[in-house]
Amino acid sequence: MSADILKVENLIKRYGGLLATDDLSIDVRKGELHAVIGPNGAGKTTLIKQLTGEITSDGGTVLFDGKDIRRYPEPKRSHVGIARSFQITTLFQNFTVLENVILAVQSHHGHSFRFWKNANNDPDLIEPALEALRQMGMENRKDVVVSELSHGEQRQLEISVALATNPKMLLLDEPMAGMSVEDSTKLIATLKELKGRLSILLIEHDMDAVFSLADRITVLVYGRAIATGTPEEIRSNDEVRQAYLGEED
Amino acid sequence: MSILTPRGIINSLLLIGLALVPFVTEAMGDSFYTGLISRILILSIAAISLNLLIGFGGMVSFGHAAYIGVGAYMVGIGAFHAFEDGIDWMLNGYVQLLGALLGSAIIALIIGAISLRTRGVYFIMITMAFSQMLYFTAVGVELYGADDGLSIYSRSDMLGLIDMSDEKSLYYLIFFSLLLILYFMHRLNGSHFGNIIRGTKSNEARMRSIGVSPYRYRLTAFVIAGTIAGYAGFLMANLNDFVSPDMMHWTRSGDLIIMIVLGGMGNLFGPLYGAVAFIMLEEVLSSIPLTVGGLRVGEYWQLIFGPMLILIVLYARNGIDSFLPGKARAS
Repeated sequence: MSADILKVENLIKRYGGLLATDDLSIDVRKGELHAVIGPNGAGKTTLIKQLTGEITSDGGTVLFDGKDIRRYPEPKRSHVGIARSFQITTLFQNFTVLENVILAVQSHHGHSFRFWKNANNDPDLIEPALEALRQMGMENRKDVVVSELSHGEQRQLEISVALATNPKMLLLDEPMAGMSVEDSTKLIATLKELKGRLSILLIEHDMDAVFSLADRITVLVYGRAIATGTPEEIRSNDEVRQAYLGEED
Repeated sequence: MSILTPRGIINSLLLIGLALVPFVTEAMGDSFYTGLISRILILSIAAISLNLLIGFGGMVSFGHAAYIGVGAYMVGIGAFHAFEDGIDWMLNGYVQLLGALLGSAIIALIIGAISLRTRGVYFIMITMAFSQMLYFTAVGVELYGADDGLSIYSRSDMLGLIDMSDEKSLYYLIFFSLLLILYFMHRLNGSHFGNIIRGTKSNEARMRSIGVSPYRYRLTAFVIAGTIAGYAGFLMANLNDFVSPDMMHWTRSGDLIIMIVLGGMGNLFGPLYGAVAFIMLEEVLSSIPLTVGGLRVGEYWQLIFGPMLILIVLYARNGIDSFLPGKARAS
């Protein structure tokens, strides 16, 4: 077995005449935090959606943990170990924090054709759910209804829900978007703890976060990977500076 | 769900009141109300089953009366053949009941399997179209009275266990069925299965991303709801001694949705309150003795009921439930 948990080759997504993902190849090693950066419209979220199966791909292969999962439907990909946080908060808004995480644990505890026993009192579900909350420092908010959480807390819960599915790999789509400075500093610390145990593919606009967290970075422009390398290599890459970083600083 | 909350106490009082109905009406010497409240309870059973789809599952099925019709026709057809052709076993209540449950379950399975591939307005339209197909089927079958319907000369024979022709026994069968179904729904909503159904209503995208394919769970809910409505039909046919295609008309399905909206969506007791309010209002408004310009106001009771419904939807989003103390744990 290779050291890659995810190996994407020649991935394609077409929207009419537009190539949103253009012959893209990218790999993520086990335990690595691999960041994907690029200007708006570069196809970062499209890539995440293709990897989670939310949208179908028009070509290429997606090898995850040695299996070609390109034709797996979205729910099945969760069961091979891919978990995701959404760019726009996507939670069960009228459920409590704990119930959100319980549902994620439940979906990985066999089928749910159980019609009688109360699920939210089930210790087999509560324990792993609390553990997922603990990892994000949210266990003291467990009984709060999601719609009453702050934006930053909702972003953290996004990741807790993903963790509760016990994944091998996390796909994080701009987890820090709209977060306060303190909240994102906390999240960076948490992600540092998580990486190594988990492989992480991170999309983020916050360059300080990206450069302090990433083991490797891939730069995406118009659906194409123009460079992949360590943060230092990316920082000194002329093409990247021109296409992207140059405008920023 | 604790009973010792103000809300729990009100719910319990309602149920205790309903348990006493036959004695009260007996003392009043007027059994009309036993029949009326029997009808309310049967409709509330159907509305509670529909609430599993609409209130808890976010599936606005607009054809739920079809399953009531299927259940009712099983009784009607059984009684018809027993009476006309002397086929005695078709009057057997347990055979009729089995037919009502199986028939409505199978029809719900077929309709659900197709309808649940769509969402939103398409789902509403397709469930309504299917129920109208059943309606027109019943209208077309001359043998069973076509649009005149079918009179039932002999109620289901429960082999001595329950005397269906005794209004009081029938009432208690309906009442205890309601209690059982309320408790079943309470368990169901808190179960693993209920979690999936409510979660899918709340956020289907998240549901898929955590590894759940909602379709088969929703289809199961659809079949459960259809089967309970079929049971309501079995009771309704026995209460009315009559079945007709009218029971399946899409406006009857609309009535069930109105009951849910009136009572409060996604709350266990909501449809019961809604059914009580709906039928009571119908009774009261349609018997207004006032006459305006030669027209009896009561005949146009829907003209009054309509604006009331609009006000409730605009100002009390959760219907009667909004006026009850304490906060229902919304789905």
